[in-house]
Amino acid sequence: MIPGAFDYHRPKTVDEAVGLLSSLGDDATVVAGGHSLIPMMKLRMAVPEHLVDLQDLDDLKGISVSGTAVTLGAMVTQNELIASNALAQACPIIRETALQIADPQIRYVGTVGGNVANGDPGNDMPGLMLALDAAYELVGPDGTREVRARDFYDAAFFTARSDGEILTAIKISAPPAGHGWSYMKQKRKIGDYATAAAAVVLTMDGATCAIASIGLTNVADTALFAEAASAALTGSDLGDAAIAEAVAAAKAITNPAQDGRGPAEFRTHVCGMMVQRAVARAAERAA
Amino acid sequence: MNEQSTPTSAERVEKLQGLGSSRKRVEDVRFTQGKGNYVDDIKLPGMLFGDFVRSPYGHARVKKIDAEAALAAPGVLAVITAEDLKPLNLHYMPTLAGDVQAVLADEKVLFQNQEVAFVVAEDRYAAADGVELVEVEYEGLPVVVDAFKAMDDDAPVLREDLEGKTEGAHGPRKHHNHIFHWEVGDQAGTEKALEEADVVVEELITYPRSHPSPIETCGCVASMDKVNGKLTIWGTFQAPHAVRTVASLITNIAEHNIRIVSPDIGGGFGNKVGVYPGYICAAVASIVTGQPVKWIEDKIENLTATAFARDYHMTGKIGATKDGRITALSCNVLADHGAFDACADPTKFPAGFFSICTGSYDIPIAYAGVDGVYTNKAPGGVAYRCSFRVTEAAYMIERMVDVLARKLDMDPAELRTKNLIKKEQFPYTSALGWEYDSGDYQTAMTKALETVGYTALREEQAANRKAFEAGETRSLMGIGVAFFTEIVGAGPVKNCDILGLGMFDSCEIRIHPTGSAIARLGTISQGQGHATTFAQILASEIGIPAEDITIEEGDTDTAPYGLGTYGSRSTPVAGAATAMAGRKIRAKAQMIAAYLLEVHDNDLEWDIDRFQVKGNPERSKTMKEIAFASYNQAIPGLEPGLEAVSYYDPPNMTYPYGAYICVLDVDVDTGVIDVRRFYALDDCGTRINPMIIEGQVHGGLTEALAISMGQEITYDETGNVHGGSLLDFFLPTAVETPVWETDHTETPSPHHPIGAKGVGESPNVGGVPAFSNAVNDAFAHFGLTHTGMPHDHWRVWKTAQGLGLTG
Repeated sequence: MIPGAFDYHRPKTVDEAVGLLSSLGDDATVVAGGHSLIPMMKLRMAVPEHLVDLQDLDDLKGISVSGTAVTLGAMVTQNELIASNALAQACPIIRETALQIADPQIRYVGTVGGNVANGDPGNDMPGLMLALDAAYELVGPDGTREVRARDFYDAAFFTARSDGEILTAIKISAPPAGHGWSYMKQKRKIGDYATAAAAVVLTMDGATCAIASIGLTNVADTALFAEAASAALTGSDLGDAAIAEAVAAAKAITNPAQDGRGPAEFRTHVCGMMVQRAVARAAERAA
Repeated sequence: MNEQSTPTSAERVEKLQGLGSSRKRVEDVRFTQGKGNYVDDIKLPGMLFGDFVRSPYGHARVKKIDAEAALAAPGVLAVITAEDLKPLNLHYMPTLAGDVQAVLADEKVLFQNQEVAFVVAEDRYAAADGVELVEVEYEGLPVVVDAFKAMDDDAPVLREDLEGKTEGAHGPRKHHNHIFHWEVGDQAGTEKALEEADVVVEELITYPRSHPSPIETCGCVASMDKVNGKLTIWGTFQAPHAVRTVASLITNIAEHNIRIVSPDIGGGFGNKVGVYPGYICAAVASIVTGQPVKWIEDKIENLTATAFARDYHMTGKIGATKDGRITALSCNVLADHGAFDACADPTKFPAGFFSICTGSYDIPIAYAGVDGVYTNKAPGGVAYRCSFRVTEAAYMIERMVDVLARKLDMDPAELRTKNLIKKEQFPYTSALGWEYDSGDYQTAMTKALETVGYTALREEQAANRKAFEAGETRSLMGIGVAFFTEIVGAGPVKNCDILGLGMFDSCEIRIHPTGSAIARLGTISQGQGHATTFAQILASEIGIPAEDITIEEGDTDTAPYGLGTYGSRSTPVAGAATAMAGRKIRAKAQMIAAYLLEVHDNDLEWDIDRFQVKGNPERSKTMKEIAFASYNQAIPGLEPGLEAVSYYDPPNMTYPYGAYICVLDVDVDTGVIDVRRFYALDDCGTRINPMIIEGQVHGGLTEALAISMGQEITYDETGNVHGGSLLDFFLPTAVETPVWETDHTETPSPHHPIGAKGVGESPNVGGVPAFSNAVNDAFAHFGLTHTGMPHDHWRVWKTAQGLGLTG
């Protein structure tokens, strides 16, 4: 559990950070909270020669909520997500999800940017961002661009971010006031990744579900946007038949690995249960 | 005017903080302030670091070890392999079980993460870099990971070093992967009784491989002083004196030239009883370099290479009359010991005290047979928070009694009550030969059932089952009952030894002139609170307040010889030695007091903290006064000073027991279990410190929860170990841990000087079957007889699915 040797860099500006990544090339890795990278380095599964630490980049800090426009700086910690009342007002599912990540000590250091950018299917924020249809702001040598979360994840630890780019912010258009939400996660213990988890956001129009959106965590090699499952609820009365159809559609797109949490069959089953329970909870909460 | 009031008797007792006082732990002042001194806190000038190259294979031939690149790396000083240890005859070391274990792989590796080479470097970073650079060429061999296939005709030979040896440390070996067969009881008579029984149940009960996983891993600092020839090793040792003797025997360094020191230890739970390759390699490296060498394993190394626990496959068979009187028990065990037999049991007991498996019941005839086999897994088989193989035995009998209850359609509590050994039967000799010292099982059982409202719980469960049938809930309620008997305090020297060292223990007391004291013991605390509780025993014995008594353990240069702390033996054995040494102090104090008061010894009586003249209590000498007199008076016929030492050889084991009840709810759709209630009634004899007992019970129950609900070390078919990191291995946090309700009865041990029996391990022994019985009970009405541990989400769901409950 001792990492290999590396050089440590601590840029003061985004430009400086991007410049470092350009000049250092493939051997450099950015580090935010470090809760994914440092353990990998201790196991020598990651052996970067240069670490570019983003913690002095003030531009990457802070939460901004303006009406339904929400911007999260990449270096915002999970704890800051939990502590922000403005965020809890506009988009409460973010707090609910952040509270289910690891434990308080980790949430004081782990960042939302690291959580979404790492491309680990076990992280909780990617599934949520898929459900919220968030966009990621990326800054690289060729300037700034935005990529939808739904276009970002290619495979485990492979994303649309190129090695020279830094994910600087997450932009969310919060669902309208009165929406229902729920993040349901089954895990073996505190600090564990999900056996399966589901993020559900619903907007009701009277007794009809006007918009539904479902994201899934840790049931494939990336987080998943459950498009067909979302469609099965949209326009429905959220009755048993619609929920059963959504559950079946969600389970159909899973492809989990067997691991200590159980075989694939079980994890797919739990995914269905999480969708079913999250929809029920979100419906209860919807105005 | 002298207005000073005389303290009352009650005030004097209170001031002592002796037996029965919930005195706060004196250790916690340093632990809670981060001022503990653990082995990794030790930093010596010029200290080097060692780190292991470990095998990626479960079974492979080591073709070549190339250390050239490692030796060229900055800071790397040496790379030690088995070839370097062979001339010293240290490439193998004796295990506590009479086997040998490779210190560094001798031509082949037998389990994943086995030690292959030891890199010595200037700091731990350079050592880790050096490990990466050692190139080892392996040739993979077929692995044996299923204990049931270890003795197949075509099973690969694992231990080539034992080739042709048909006689093992515990009798004949019937196969090249066989270690021992051990049995006790009347096999033919038991079989006959089973044939004649009205009802017989049989079940394979597997207790999965787990690991004690103390928060602090194993480690040491070895320092050879080339000037005086003395080797000092600071390390995480649960038995420092035994380590010294073993070290002397295998290195030929005279025993007085070896000093073993156990500093603060961050939990042991059996993991730190054995001797590990790291200790030997660090010592050799220090002898060779002349500099101190530190070796500290990381968490993955601890979980995958140092001693595991359990891994017992137990086939139990119980016969009973149709009205529920148990008539016979047999149990055949297949014990998976891994690559080397490194169990930490008393030497004559290769299956520990497994023969306590008749439990708390009056079973007229029984038989237990255990076969140990080698597999391509890490060695160990230690007693993880239990006495030797006692939790395995308790799990087997407590599950089997539940299985029998289902078969008889009887309530499991009722069946237990019917078969409990009766109060008037003590001392009770079990069918397998143990003499249970004392007990009042019925009282404990009745108190437990009444306190939890057992009848009402069963009614609630009946309603829950109806509601489940009606589709009104997807949750099933389970009630688990366990009544366990531990056997601790090893042990009488006549039958308990480790490598020939009798399992007595010791205490040495020195009273200072001003009436305070120091006591040194042969045991070593790893969190049990010895500095607190042993002072309490002495306070009551010699009338000096506990706060004025220093307890010191763990340094073999100063502590009297003892066999260490594990198997709940500290209180039964060293605690007894403490009381006996205290009584020697008191006997001499009585003579001094008699001299000072100018009366005959027999005219004095002891009263709390002083000797007083019978019938004239105004004339007295306090222990404080007597202590001073022992240093400044020339008393005819008495040596100056006030010291005593006692080596205590217990006449028998002690037998703590308890009644545990668990209530939980199972979500059949997710397999998630919610422990609603857990009640633990313990009888550990005389209670020294109720607060520490409660803490011990909380800790043991939490480990029982961990084992029953999630801890497991497994190996896949290629010999890769799984569950070897805390990502998967379940260490519960406060979030997963339910509220524990503790209770007690108090039935003193008749043969222990203060009647204490030991308690640290009871909650693990009783807790595991209580949890497992509760999970099984939740499904019992659907015909389930047994589903195994760990009861993690997917296995519970699979059980529900197998019963057709998941829809």
